[in-house]
Amino acid sequence: MVDPSSGPRPPLSAASLTLRLAGIAVVVAALAGAFAYVNGTLDPQRLTPKALVNVLETNNGVHAGFRRNHSKGVCVAGYFESSGEARAYSSAQVFNDARTPVVGRFALPSGNPYAPDGSVPIRSLALRFTQANGQQWRTGMNSMPVFPVGTPEAFYQLQQAQSPDPTTGKPNPAAVPAFFAAHPEAMPFLQWIKTAKPSASYATETYNGINAFYLVNPAGQRQAVRWGVVPMSQDAADAAPPQGADFLEQDLGKRLAAGPLRWRLDITLANPGDPVNDASKAWPSDRKVINAGTLVLESTQAQDNGECRDINYDPLILPSGIEGSDDPLLAARSAAYASSYLRRTSEVSQLPATRESRQ
Amino acid sequence: MNAPRHFAPLARLLHWLMALMIIAMLFIGAGMVASVSERHEWLLQLHKPLGIAILLLVVVRLVVRFTTRTPPLPADLPGWQALTAKASHVLLYVLMLVLPLLGWSMISAAGDPVMLSESLRLPSILPADAQTFALLRKAHGYLAYLLFLTVLVHLAAALFHGWVRRDEVLDSMLRGKR
Repeated sequence: MVDPSSGPRPPLSAASLTLRLAGIAVVVAALAGAFAYVNGTLDPQRLTPKALVNVLETNNGVHAGFRRNHSKGVCVAGYFESSGEARAYSSAQVFNDARTPVVGRFALPSGNPYAPDGSVPIRSLALRFTQANGQQWRTGMNSMPVFPVGTPEAFYQLQQAQSPDPTTGKPNPAAVPAFFAAHPEAMPFLQWIKTAKPSASYATETYNGINAFYLVNPAGQRQAVRWGVVPMSQDAADAAPPQGADFLEQDLGKRLAAGPLRWRLDITLANPGDPVNDASKAWPSDRKVINAGTLVLESTQAQDNGECRDINYDPLILPSGIEGSDDPLLAARSAAYASSYLRRTSEVSQLPATRESRQ
Repeated sequence: MNAPRHFAPLARLLHWLMALMIIAMLFIGAGMVASVSERHEWLLQLHKPLGIAILLLVVVRLVVRFTTRTPPLPADLPGWQALTAKASHVLLYVLMLVLPLLGWSMISAAGDPVMLSESLRLPSILPADAQTFALLRKAHGYLAYLLFLTVLVHLAAALFHGWVRRDEVLDSMLRGKR
């Protein structure tokens, strides 16, 4: 059998060889170039998770092993008791089962793990509910009612406004006012923070999820919601913050030694037309609120070696029956937390507590 | 019996299907870790089920690879090129198998539920451990870049065979028996 395709080919002319090699180079370069665009190398203007976490590090310094934001905090554990009221709106097991275990974390919204507790008027609570079916619901909530801005780009600019000026080594005092002047959406937040005071306790605070989500029921109906937890003990809520830098953790330990702490999980149902993609806008106060159940916190652990340390409270880790909205902050939080999580899990051995336990 | 001049039809189908999936997967992965927009979320939701699909297909493909006869490399191919061809194919198979497993392991080590869809959850294959997570996550990223580079070399070599050497190598994967 004679096969014309086998056997030596006539040699290529120098021009033809050059053209063919160039053709191969063009194909490979096109694919590599497209890849470099997608991964951001050829698109330096794009806001990336890395840039978001970098600006936090610029403003607060790098504290190895700690979260890049909300760095100072304490682990808590307990459970959630469902009231059953949310079952009509969501098929999530957490609303159906009587009890779901919870691991949480109270924190200060600062990137400095040594910030004095009285230095900021905001406290945060992150929760991880682990359902019996293995699915999880993670949420990070704050004591403010709205977020200052509605987009990750604006959040990034707000952080940049607080970055040290390279020439003076200090933040430009005019930068933050200039930012807010250009961002009228921050008004509701600014109104709130004017009267906000640092609380003396984590236990007396209300924590709001701020971002909107959808509850999805077994029939597939979607209801836009925001959630939050309201403390059942209001004692000393107005107390002036005590002296010292770490009174919140001491107060929490004292209270938990006396018994569990309880919050009511409130889920606010949006009316049609309420903004579900803008965390800087509050919903009118007459919206229907359902009491989904009770969060019971029973114990506390130090964050350097407690269970919450290695949990990434990514707000888009959700069980079936709860979905993210198109609030752009949700995807940005998810992406930036992943970047912060990789950085800090790479540095676990450098945490003060880990170092001490080895000595 | 003479050695075949072309890959078996199933081998060719798997090659081209997986070529598309893997290139898509590399772009999805690179794009999602460099994005804070909604893209991050929907790319992540594509990345996980697609990774498991590639893992299942590579197992099928390895079985096909070892149970069908493959065309030999051209006899006049220089030794170093033949060696590079064999080594790069081993590397491609190893990375196709290892990358999905690393992805699955790192999600497990983070203590995150391994969700392929809103309700489909795979079991964790490692206990939660922060330092293990960090190691696996970095390996997943670096090895994905190595896979992309290997794919580029593979593509360049295939075109070199087809356009410059004009031998049967590219044809053996493009066409069946004539």
